[in-house]
Amino acid sequence: MSVDWNEFWVKVVDATGETVYMVLITLALSAVLGMAVGLALYATRKGGVLPNRVVYAVLNALINVIRPVPFIIAIVALSPVTRGVVGTMIGTEAAIFPMVVVATFGVARIVETNLLAVDTGVVEAARSMGASPLRIVLTVLVPEALGPLVLGFTFMLVALIDFSAVAGTVGGGGVGNLAMTYGYLRFDTSVMVVTVAVLIVLVQIAQLLGNLLARKILRR
Amino acid sequence: MIELRHVTKTFPTRDGNRKSEFRAVDDVSLTVERGSVFGIVGHSGAGKSTLLRVINYLEEPTSGSVLVDGQDLGALGERRRRAVRRSIGMVFQQFHLFRSRTVLGNVAYPLGLAGHSRREARERAGEALRFVGLEGHARRYPEQLSGGQRQRVGIARALATSPKVLLCDEATSALDPQTTGEVLDLLERVNAELGVTIVLITHEMDVVRRICDRVAVMADGRVVESGGVYDVFARPKHIVTSSFVRSALHDVPEGAALERLRARHGGRLVTVPVTRDGADGPDLSRLLRRYGLDFAIAHAGVGEVQHLPLGSVTLELRGPDDAIDAFLTELAGAGEVAVA
Repeated sequence: MSVDWNEFWVKVVDATGETVYMVLITLALSAVLGMAVGLALYATRKGGVLPNRVVYAVLNALINVIRPVPFIIAIVALSPVTRGVVGTMIGTEAAIFPMVVVATFGVARIVETNLLAVDTGVVEAARSMGASPLRIVLTVLVPEALGPLVLGFTFMLVALIDFSAVAGTVGGGGVGNLAMTYGYLRFDTSVMVVTVAVLIVLVQIAQLLGNLLARKILRR
Repeated sequence: MIELRHVTKTFPTRDGNRKSEFRAVDDVSLTVERGSVFGIVGHSGAGKSTLLRVINYLEEPTSGSVLVDGQDLGALGERRRRAVRRSIGMVFQQFHLFRSRTVLGNVAYPLGLAGHSRREARERAGEALRFVGLEGHARRYPEQLSGGQRQRVGIARALATSPKVLLCDEATSALDPQTTGEVLDLLERVNAELGVTIVLITHEMDVVRRICDRVAVMADGRVVESGGVYDVFARPKHIVTSSFVRSALHDVPEGAALERLRARHGGRLVTVPVTRDGADGPDLSRLLRRYGLDFAIAHAGVGEVQHLPLGSVTLELRGPDDAIDAFLTELAGAGEVAVA
C-alpha cells in the first residue's frame, strides 16, 4: 500500500519545515546555554581565569553523565520533565526539550575544548593590559576561538538533524516521523528513500554553510 | 620607579610522592630608576621570566614586596592591580598578538580596556602605529606581517595607553640579527623620546650591551651581580657574568681557538684589556719600545659598550725571554694582564 505522491509531497514539505524549525530552535537555545556552561567550565578549571574546584567538578560530572546516554533513551528518561516544562510529551515542541538538554552539554564540551586550544600567550597579554577575567573570556578567548567554534557548532547542527529524526520516531514531528509512520510501519520504500534524501540534503547544506562561515572567520 | 624587596617566588612540585617546592626567584632585591633601561640577563631557567612577571603581578610573589611608582602592589586588591597593569606595558618573545583582530584592532584593544571611546581608541592606536612606522599596515592581520613587524605591533600595543614602564620578555629572541637591531633601536627611541622606563630580560648579553644602562645577572633564581653596564662588562665578578660578557665581546681566545693560535704563533701570547681609560694603548707601545720587543696581533675584540670602548687584544711577543718577563711584570703593575 503505497502513498499517492501527488498529494504526499505536501506532507514531505511540511515535515521538512518542522525538522528545520526543531533543529534551528534547538541550535539557538543550546548554543546560548552550552556557551554559558562551556565558558563556566573553561573559567573554573584548575589554572583557569576564575578557578573553582567545586563548580568545575559538578559541571564536568554532569556533562559526563548526560553525554553517554543514547538519545532515544534520553527522550524517554526526560519525558516526565518534558511534560512538566512543555506541557505535553508528543509533538514538535516536546521533541525540542530533550534535544536542547542533550545538545547543551555537547556544545559545552565543544566550547571548552576550543577555548583550551587558544594560545595561553594571548590570555597573558590581555592580563598584562589589565583585562578582567570576564573581559578576557568575552573579548579575547571567544573571538580567537571563533573559527573552530563555528565548525564545532556545525558538527552539533548535523548531530541535531540526526536527533530530530530520532525524536520523530517517538512522537516528535518532522521528517523522522514521516519516515517512521509511512516508510517503516507501512513498508513504503519510496517514502523511506525520499525522507533519507531530504535528511542528506539538509546535512549537506548545514555543513556547507558552516564551512563557508568558518573560512571567512579564519581567513583561510 | 620599580623597587623589589626580598622577592621570592616558589612553585609547588612533586618529587615522586614527596611534595616539595621549586624556588624560581630567591630573595631578589633591586631598584630600577625612572627613565633607565634595565636589563636582566640569565640562562633559561634562571628565573628571569618569573621575576619579570612579578613586577606587574602576573605572578604573585610568595614573599617580599613590589613597589611600582611608590605603590605596593601586594597591598592592592585585584581590581586596583588591574589599573596599575594598564600603566605597565608588556612585550613578548612570541608577540602574542590577537589573530582575530587587525593590526589597528590589536593596538586599540588596551585603549578600550582603559575606557576610551571607540573613535578615540582608533585615533590613539593610529598614533602609536605611526611611532613604530607601521601606519600603512593598520588594516592588515598579524599573519600577514613579518616577525619584526609583528613585534613592532606588539610594542605599539604596549605603548598605546602611554605607560610609564615597558616590560620586555625576550622581545628580540625570536628575531633574526638585523630585525633584532631594528627592534632594539625602536626600544631605544621609546626610552629616549617617550621617557618610558624599560625592564627587559634576555639571554643575550649583546642586547644588554646595546641598549641597557644597568644590568642584573641571574643564576638559580638569585641576582648574582648587578651594576652599571660598563662596569659589569669591564670587571665581571661572578663566573656566570664573565661567561656572558665574553659571549658578547668575543675578545678572549678560548679552547680550540686558543690552541690554533698557539700553533700559529711561536712566541709568547699575552692578552691586554682595552678600556675607557685609554691608558693601555700608549702605555703598551712605550713599554714595548723600552724592552725592545716586537709584536704581532693574534686576536682582538674591541667594541663599544655604552658608547665607550671595551675589549681586549691578544699579542704574540717576540724578543729575548728575560725582556718579555720584565715587560710583563711592569705591565701587570699597571693593570690586569692575562697571559694566554
